[in-house]
Amino acid sequence: MSEHLLSLITFLPLLGMAMLLFIPRDNEPLLKSFTLIVTLLVFGISLPLAFNDVFTTSGGMHYTEFAKWISIGDYFEMNYNVGIDGISLWLVLLTTFIMPIAVLSTWNAVEKNTKGFMALLLLLETGMLGAFVSLDLFLFYIFWEVMLIPMYFLIGIWGGKNRIYAAVKFFIYTAVGSLLMLVAIIFIYYYAQQSGLDTNGFSIVQFYQMNVPKEAQLWLFLAFAFSFAIKVPMFPLHTWLPDAHTEAPTAGSVILAAVMLKMGTYGFVRFAMPLFPDALHTCMPYLATLCVIGIIYGSLVAMVQTDVKKLVAYSSVAHLGFVMLGIFALNLQGMAGGMIQMVNHGISTGALFLIVGFIYERRHTREISEFGGLAKQMPIFATIFMVVTFSSIGLPGTNGFVGEFLILVGAFESELRWYAVFATTGVVLAAVYMLWMFQRMMFGELKNPKNAVLKDLSAREIVIMIPILVFIFWIGIYPNVFFDKMNPALENLIEQIDGKQQIAMVQQVDAAKHIVLK
Amino acid sequence: MVDLVQAALKTVNIYAIMPSLIVVCFGMALLLIGVFSKPGRTTHIAWMAIIGLICAAAATVSAWSGLSVETIGVQFGFADQVAQDGFALFFNIIFIFSAALTILMSDDYLKREGYPINEFYALILFATAGSMWMASATDMMTIFLGLEVLSISLYVLAGFFKDDTRSNEAGLKYFLLGAFSTGFLLYGMALLYGVTGTTNISEIGLILSSQHQAMLGNPMTIAGMLLLSTGFLFKIGVVPFHMWAPDVYQGAPTPITAFMSAGPKAAALAAFMRILLFSFAEMQMEWSALLWILAVLTMTVGNLLAISQTNVKRMLAYSSIAHAGYALVGLVAANYIGFSGILFYMLAYTFMNLGAFAVLALIGKKGETNLTLEGLSGFGFKRPFLGIALSIFIFSLMGLPPTAGFTGKFYIFAGAIKAEYIWLAVIGVLNSAVSLYYYLRVLVAMYFRDPQEDFAWVSMPLGTMVSIIIALVGVLYLGLLPEKVMELAQVAIF
Repeated sequence: MSEHLLSLITFLPLLGMAMLLFIPRDNEPLLKSFTLIVTLLVFGISLPLAFNDVFTTSGGMHYTEFAKWISIGDYFEMNYNVGIDGISLWLVLLTTFIMPIAVLSTWNAVEKNTKGFMALLLLLETGMLGAFVSLDLFLFYIFWEVMLIPMYFLIGIWGGKNRIYAAVKFFIYTAVGSLLMLVAIIFIYYYAQQSGLDTNGFSIVQFYQMNVPKEAQLWLFLAFAFSFAIKVPMFPLHTWLPDAHTEAPTAGSVILAAVMLKMGTYGFVRFAMPLFPDALHTCMPYLATLCVIGIIYGSLVAMVQTDVKKLVAYSSVAHLGFVMLGIFALNLQGMAGGMIQMVNHGISTGALFLIVGFIYERRHTREISEFGGLAKQMPIFATIFMVVTFSSIGLPGTNGFVGEFLILVGAFESELRWYAVFATTGVVLAAVYMLWMFQRMMFGELKNPKNAVLKDLSAREIVIMIPILVFIFWIGIYPNVFFDKMNPALENLIEQIDGKQQIAMVQQVDAAKHIVLK
Repeated sequence: MVDLVQAALKTVNIYAIMPSLIVVCFGMALLLIGVFSKPGRTTHIAWMAIIGLICAAAATVSAWSGLSVETIGVQFGFADQVAQDGFALFFNIIFIFSAALTILMSDDYLKREGYPINEFYALILFATAGSMWMASATDMMTIFLGLEVLSISLYVLAGFFKDDTRSNEAGLKYFLLGAFSTGFLLYGMALLYGVTGTTNISEIGLILSSQHQAMLGNPMTIAGMLLLSTGFLFKIGVVPFHMWAPDVYQGAPTPITAFMSAGPKAAALAAFMRILLFSFAEMQMEWSALLWILAVLTMTVGNLLAISQTNVKRMLAYSSIAHAGYALVGLVAANYIGFSGILFYMLAYTFMNLGAFAVLALIGKKGETNLTLEGLSGFGFKRPFLGIALSIFIFSLMGLPPTAGFTGKFYIFAGAIKAEYIWLAVIGVLNSAVSLYYYLRVLVAMYFRDPQEDFAWVSMPLGTMVSIIIALVGVLYLGLLPEKVMELAQVAIF
């Protein structure tokens, strides 16, 4: 069983979707329960991954599966090559964790075409999980593109007023980036073959051993980075995010924020950075600048939003700026901070979107000015909202603090010291927009009579939030459990990046010697 | 006497044209049967045409397996004017599929539009036979013969709806422009004959390569090559010879539009490839450069023009031009992956385009005025299966995994990258990105807008449904398990 665990996790949602298609579309309770059961089952199956200690000792790929898929003579080989290591472990678990929560959250929200909605959710889960576990670049690309389709439909059919614009923008923006990445993938493949490497298909593990010359590296890195930067999203390629997040249905926003944004950061960590370290170092100042701009700009724009969902969307831009800064620090603290912050952002921002969903279901408006004084009317809601707000700000004791602190320490200790200094202002700004929003919505007088009749959280809604609260405090107070499993893989990654850097430097020195001695 | 007959029979070698022979015989038989059928009853004719195509497919498959057998091998016929090699057989399969899918979707369509005329099917069979001759031709005269048979059948088919002005316009425009371009083609062939003294493609290649400098210096050669290419490029629909395509595609009956976008385009590409690879082999650098420009122009113009279209049929016509551009990229690459990529791409394109048109044929009302983006509003919810089918075809046309459109584009761009035409590949993917926009609009109309009508007239008749399902299976099979077909395509390239 454990040899095929990853395939089982990845394709079980797809199987569930196939079975779902046979349920008659009027039977809404059955459709929703079935989807919930499938997603819970997937989460259950993925739990053994979390308890497996092999990740604490070895940073390599585990649970690997390999099957020949397409083999065309001497020209092409693409294989079904999957595996998981400390880096992708928590992302896979985040995905399987957030899916049942998303399904539960949408229990009453979907009014029409529930069958299609649930089917698309399951298809989306397969796409996301597949992308996280793929070790073959071609297979990764397929899952990467496949993810777009269900999300496009989710936004466009069940979204808000401006949904068509948001869905089309999301789709085209993301697809353009990945199309350029396709050219880069093919180019790398041919380059690897030419240099005599046994590529084993488009296997990323094999590609790591390649030494791409500096000139080629830059273009390839830019092609990959462009695609991933759109997904992260990094300033200035972030403009699809506010629209997509705001117009998507609650479940869509939750999944988009929690998982799909991590695709971009994961892409950087898994592909763009280890394959092209020299180009990374060349572009580092620009990338780090964009991170800092993202943090500060995202926070400032979030501050002036009147729509609470848009505010949370812009806060995502800021948070992911932090994540990328930590990753670009290229030391263990920074990267571990970045990785854990990925998970944290998934939990916290996912929770924020859930909260917005709760309030939207009750009042069908997201304007902050429409609220005020809700804390008295909905105390449980207020408490949970408060905890999640603190988590998003990064208050010590919550998960956000662990991530941000490590990121800032890591960045400070690396060559990105001054960027870290500027980024720290982002922490303050986050507190400003979040607390101000919270105050305007929850505290003060209950002026609007429509708010006076609001019901507090139902049992279902509380059940959704409890696991999130648990993780907020667990990661905040005792994060070692999570760090232990990702450290070896991160150390491998850093070695991979630095090691190649060293080889390149040695080559440069050799070349220089050659010229001098001539 | 007997020896002479035997010798003649040997040079004729009927086996070399067996598939097209079967198709032609069935075509003629259908004409006869049609005479004795009651007017308006065409279903049995359609199914008989399908049977004929299945027989031709069987002949193709058995010839394919005979290719590797020593005693059979590649068949040459008619004094080396026709060849039945892997290349011809692969294209035969493309033509058979495109004809079969067209015929399957035509019967109900013709009855709905009020033209249940049974010569329709015979004409499609003749067009298929003409395409097969074009693909298996090793002599320029055979290409011309096949081209004429194909074109004349298509002129009639395009103008089939006698009372519809658009159809008349389509038929006449196609005829006039087609006749002109065939004239160019013939003149080019004549000039090349004048220079080399032979019409055999391989021999022309030998002569041109052995006397390279003298030949290239001769203006007749250059003129001949250019005129010849013009004729083919017109048929393929390459910019700037594409002006006929949108009007002809929009005016012709929908199944014929579908047919024209796949089969004849592939036929022209096949003949063009043979000529480029054999006759003009020496000039590969030059024609690659020329085709580079044409490919970029075609992709770009096709995509940009499609953006402003609101009529779905016309939009698919313009996108057809863009897809011809993608196929040309494979020609520019001029390596094994590029060429076999073109074969694979044409097969994939046949499935996805014919599938899309089949669904459109079902959606259209009599007179087909509702095939606009507005007319499609909310269709996905009223007819879920057809909606999903059309969505899959659209995703394939966009080039999204895991469909045939993605694998096809992947191979073609891989060919270009391998031949170090990186910028061409980048332009290709950027054009793919542009195409996302207008293809998405169809999905937006189908799913994101509320239905304006209940689409009660959309039925699911057997013939069209079979063609949609075959196309779906083709698209998904080529997308998920492209290996077998890709290997067949590679074997097909000499």
